[in-house]
Amino acid sequence: MTGVSVAGVETERRAPAPAPAPRGRRNRRKRDNQGRLAFWLLLPAAVAVFGVIVYPILRTLLISFFEVNSALATDTPFVGLQNYVQILTAPGFWSAMGRTLYFTLVSTALELVFGLIVAGLLNAKLRARWLFRAVVIIPWAIPTIVNAAMWKGIFSAQYGALNAALTQLGIIDQYQAWLGDPTLALNMVIIADVWKTTPLVAFFLLAGLTSIPDELYEAAKIDRAGWPRIFRSIVLPMLVPSISIVLVLRTVEAFKVFDIIYAMTRGGPVNGTQTVAYYAYTTAFSDQNFGVGAALSYIIVLVILVLTFVYLRMLRRSEMSLL
Amino acid sequence: MKRATRNSILIHLAALFVAVLILLPFGWMVIASVTPQRILISTPLQWIPDTLDWSRYELIFRGGADSVGATFRAALANTTIVAVGTVAVSMIVGILGAYAFARLRFRFRQAVLILFLATYMLPQIALLIPLYLILNSLGLLDTVTGLIIVDCSLVVPFVLWILSNYFLTIPEELEEAARIDGASRLGALFRVVLPAARPGIFAAIMFAFLLAWDEFMYALIFTSSNAAKTLPVAISEFAGRYTTDFGLVAAGGILAALPPIVVAMIFQRYVVSGMAAGAVKG
Repeated sequence: MTGVSVAGVETERRAPAPAPAPRGRRNRRKRDNQGRLAFWLLLPAAVAVFGVIVYPILRTLLISFFEVNSALATDTPFVGLQNYVQILTAPGFWSAMGRTLYFTLVSTALELVFGLIVAGLLNAKLRARWLFRAVVIIPWAIPTIVNAAMWKGIFSAQYGALNAALTQLGIIDQYQAWLGDPTLALNMVIIADVWKTTPLVAFFLLAGLTSIPDELYEAAKIDRAGWPRIFRSIVLPMLVPSISIVLVLRTVEAFKVFDIIYAMTRGGPVNGTQTVAYYAYTTAFSDQNFGVGAALSYIIVLVILVLTFVYLRMLRRSEMSLL
Repeated sequence: MKRATRNSILIHLAALFVAVLILLPFGWMVIASVTPQRILISTPLQWIPDTLDWSRYELIFRGGADSVGATFRAALANTTIVAVGTVAVSMIVGILGAYAFARLRFRFRQAVLILFLATYMLPQIALLIPLYLILNSLGLLDTVTGLIIVDCSLVVPFVLWILSNYFLTIPEELEEAARIDGASRLGALFRVVLPAARPGIFAAIMFAFLLAWDEFMYALIFTSSNAAKTLPVAISEFAGRYTTDFGLVAAGGILAALPPIVVAMIFQRYVVSGMAAGAVKG
């Protein structure tokens, strides 16, 4: 999102200076031509994206005001905002919301910290740097469902590698059900998510790191600045744009989390890993409560919108202060 | 000089540590896929099996019509078609759109770009029910075509974002020179801009491929048979059905992960330069 404004500035800067009248008219016509060309160039993309989502998003909004109890229901009374009221007064919703926020904050924070470290290593002068990069990219490339199945096996109470390793190292004396306790299970899912996503974050940050000009480091070296100082005064401020993109992307993605939960725990045990998206899924598809499910998905959209705005505002302010 | 050597050793050790953390879980899955079941469930676990058991791979590659293998092979074919189709459509559509965003001046330019990017905030669950009904009435449920259509709506905004940022970094003079020589805008796009934008295009292809290969929720709801079921759906079914046979799930998982890993490694060196523009310009 930040990019949009930057990209906008780019064009304004490039815009031609006001021209004398006759040329002005020609410029205007040129601009109209550009507008028409832009329309035709963007039409395929608009059809591919909005052609698929516009009708469903409106239809879901409509469904959220009705009581729909089956996919083929004919009797669907209008209930106004009652679905929303029902959700906001249900304790199940608030605990799902709490878990989602916990998942989002913890996984995003860990991914950012580890991502920074890995990005630094990816950027460092390493022998066989290509090999290191090739290794780091592996978790990113592994499909989420495969990653979930892998960690489910590692955490297994019967044959899991984690139990085997910890027992043989003498850290625990009997096998634990890592995914058997509601709170523990959520943290275990976070570990699996962080393992998979940290490389993606690292590569994003690496892209930002490589764009820091070497002169800045050299100047800092001449000033005999230590590494902590260089990190705080050069690396971090220069990375703010990359960090803000990663933060927004990861927060949105984590808030919508569904597939890793579905494949690792199905929201269990005792709803311990049930996030809002999963809650919406079970409400709509297991309980066949489509009206409430639709209202829930709108609440998710609203929360994501609010989160994104808060982030962008915060980051814009911090960007100013850091620079 | 001495301090530099010490730092370098520390950095190498840290990199080694990270590499081990990444390779250990994946390595265990690889070993588990060829470990006989009786050793896999033994306690204390024997990490390196004394005999290798290739039966899961054999089942996956050679299993008969009603076996896990047949489902897996169908899913592999479906996922490949869906991913390649999605990448092809998204790249064509994305290149044209990104060029407009990067080079043309038109009203609501920024608003339109924000609108495209904002679709990323929509949870797929918000679209599932109406999309299901539409695909059903068009006869596209349980088809790869249907999946390609819905997947493109997820992938195109990403491609637009990466490419329009990359196009901005290509000097406009290059294109102007070509146009003075008589090339049209589209001619200049294909002959000048695209060759210069190769890193950005490869980065976009990689992103699009990984996204499409990984897509789960649409495939879960919109497919029901071997006609269109994708690997993520098939693997999640295996994992649900064969909870005790982790070796089989591991073998399937590794095979399902291989194509994206290969693609990521091939395109890896373009990703940083391709995204560098994106990250800086945003």
